Amino acid sequence: MSFLNYLISGISLGSIYAIIALGYTMVYGIAKMLNFAHGDVIMVGAYVCFFAAAKYNLPPAIGILAAVLVCTTLGIVIEKLAYKPLRQATSLAVLITAIGVSYFLQNAALLLWSSSPKVFPNFFAQQTVNEAGKKIKITGFQLFGGQLRISYVTLVTIAACLVIMAALLLFINHTKLGKAMRACSEDKGAAQLMGINVDATISLTFAIGSGLAAVAGVLLCSAYPTLVPTTGSMPGIKAFTAAVFGGIGSIPGALLGGLLLGVIEIMAKAYISTQMSDAVVFLVLIVVLLVKPAGLLGKKVREKV
Amino acid sequence: MMLRVTDLNVFYGQIHAVKGVSFEVREGEIVTLIGANGAGKSTTLKTISGLMRAKSGSVEFMDKNISSTAPHKIVQLGIAHVPEGRRVFTTMTVEENLDMGAYTAPPTDLEADKERVFDQFPRLKERRRQVAGTLSGGEQQMLAMGRALMSHPKLLMLDEPSMGLAPILVEQVFDMIRQLHEAGTTILLVEQNAEMALSIADRAYVLETGKITLSGGGKELSQSESVRQAYLGG
Repeated sequence: MSFLNYLISGISLGSIYAIIALGYTMVYGIAKMLNFAHGDVIMVGAYVCFFAAAKYNLPPAIGILAAVLVCTTLGIVIEKLAYKPLRQATSLAVLITAIGVSYFLQNAALLLWSSSPKVFPNFFAQQTVNEAGKKIKITGFQLFGGQLRISYVTLVTIAACLVIMAALLLFINHTKLGKAMRACSEDKGAAQLMGINVDATISLTFAIGSGLAAVAGVLLCSAYPTLVPTTGSMPGIKAFTAAVFGGIGSIPGALLGGLLLGVIEIMAKAYISTQMSDAVVFLVLIVVLLVKPAGLLGKKVREKV
Repeated sequence: MMLRVTDLNVFYGQIHAVKGVSFEVREGEIVTLIGANGAGKSTTLKTISGLMRAKSGSVEFMDKNISSTAPHKIVQLGIAHVPEGRRVFTTMTVEENLDMGAYTAPPTDLEADKERVFDQFPRLKERRRQVAGTLSGGEQQMLAMGRALMSHPKLLMLDEPSMGLAPILVEQVFDMIRQLHEAGTTILLVEQNAEMALSIADRAYVLETGKITLSGGGKELSQSESVRQAYLGG
């Protein structure tokens, strides 16, 4: 039964990785760049939601909405100010810029919100009164006589991941804008000749990716409630790994990579070693890339000569 | 005047690819730019459609200067450009490629426009749900042309439509161009296959290392001694 417990928390963690990985993979697919500041957008989203809920006592839904709005705007602004001027530059210059933006966001957060950890509230708990008349919070439920415990955060996280994935696939495959994104990702010049505004499409991609990062930030901090300015960096790197694992540029690949990574990480923590879990995760990544260099669902890109 | 290009200078990095080129296309004409590889033909087309920017000179379309207009707006004005190497979206289906061609067109006509393209290119109808990457070269050329027609262009620019095609397919493609022209589309054709291009063109310009060296009627140029020697194999 403990295996099932681990599996569920692995899927839950993996769902968060998958939502973050979507941002990496979409931006890579269309702008052909690795946005290493993506993880820090998660942190900004979490702070916005934290302040909305804990400081201004706004309802959770408003807090999440505010986080999404702020992050969406932040994503568009980052792209316009930092990446757009480098559209013709080498990929190394863009990569270094992205790392710079990442440090900028972390240090701005340090300046604005200090390094002292904030305790993120649990939005997904029910208030009730126990037999003794004391107010308590119920954070989940139990099955099989207490052997299987599932928290509400876990359920919400997995459900959010599935809904986001389905909505995104519908958008990409069946709407005019979504198809335009696919066209841009394959051939920007040809897309322009169709009358597609490539700059606007890239902005839209950053907006969607950053909005999803905000959702991921709220879910992440609901499950692991310590919020500091570097909260986003490790999950960001893990999610990037998940995107590469599943095949960067592929949306179903981000889901698969994220879920696998989450499950492997939790299983390694449970059965091998807590300290070694990250090493196990990256070992699996190395093995997968040796066998399938484009990732699990990635397509081989043939370079034209 | 539908298209007027005046004293165009375009650079590829350090390379001066187009050197003071001027020409014009009148409504209802087929005009061709012929010349060897690297003469600046494709660069000229890319500059007209906005994919590249001229260092100096101007491009006017329907008496409007479009030299600094964004490429997606140039499409809306009525110029469609079928690029060299077709560049269909290989991971999208034939039908989705046509949808992309209609990106700027009003959505009300979408189905009727697709049927119109399928009438012209019946092969595409058979393969409408197939991914474009699996089509043959000739089919991809037809898709690229059909896709361009979806935007209802006033001016259709074709870059090397015969490239890499078997002779029988080249004939077919040129038949298509003739039909499109008869249906009222103005055409600017870039070709290395000078003989075919001159046979259907009203007027032609010869480009050599970025400069126009000769111009005249299509028939006239195909008789010209220097053109015969340089481009028509004696």
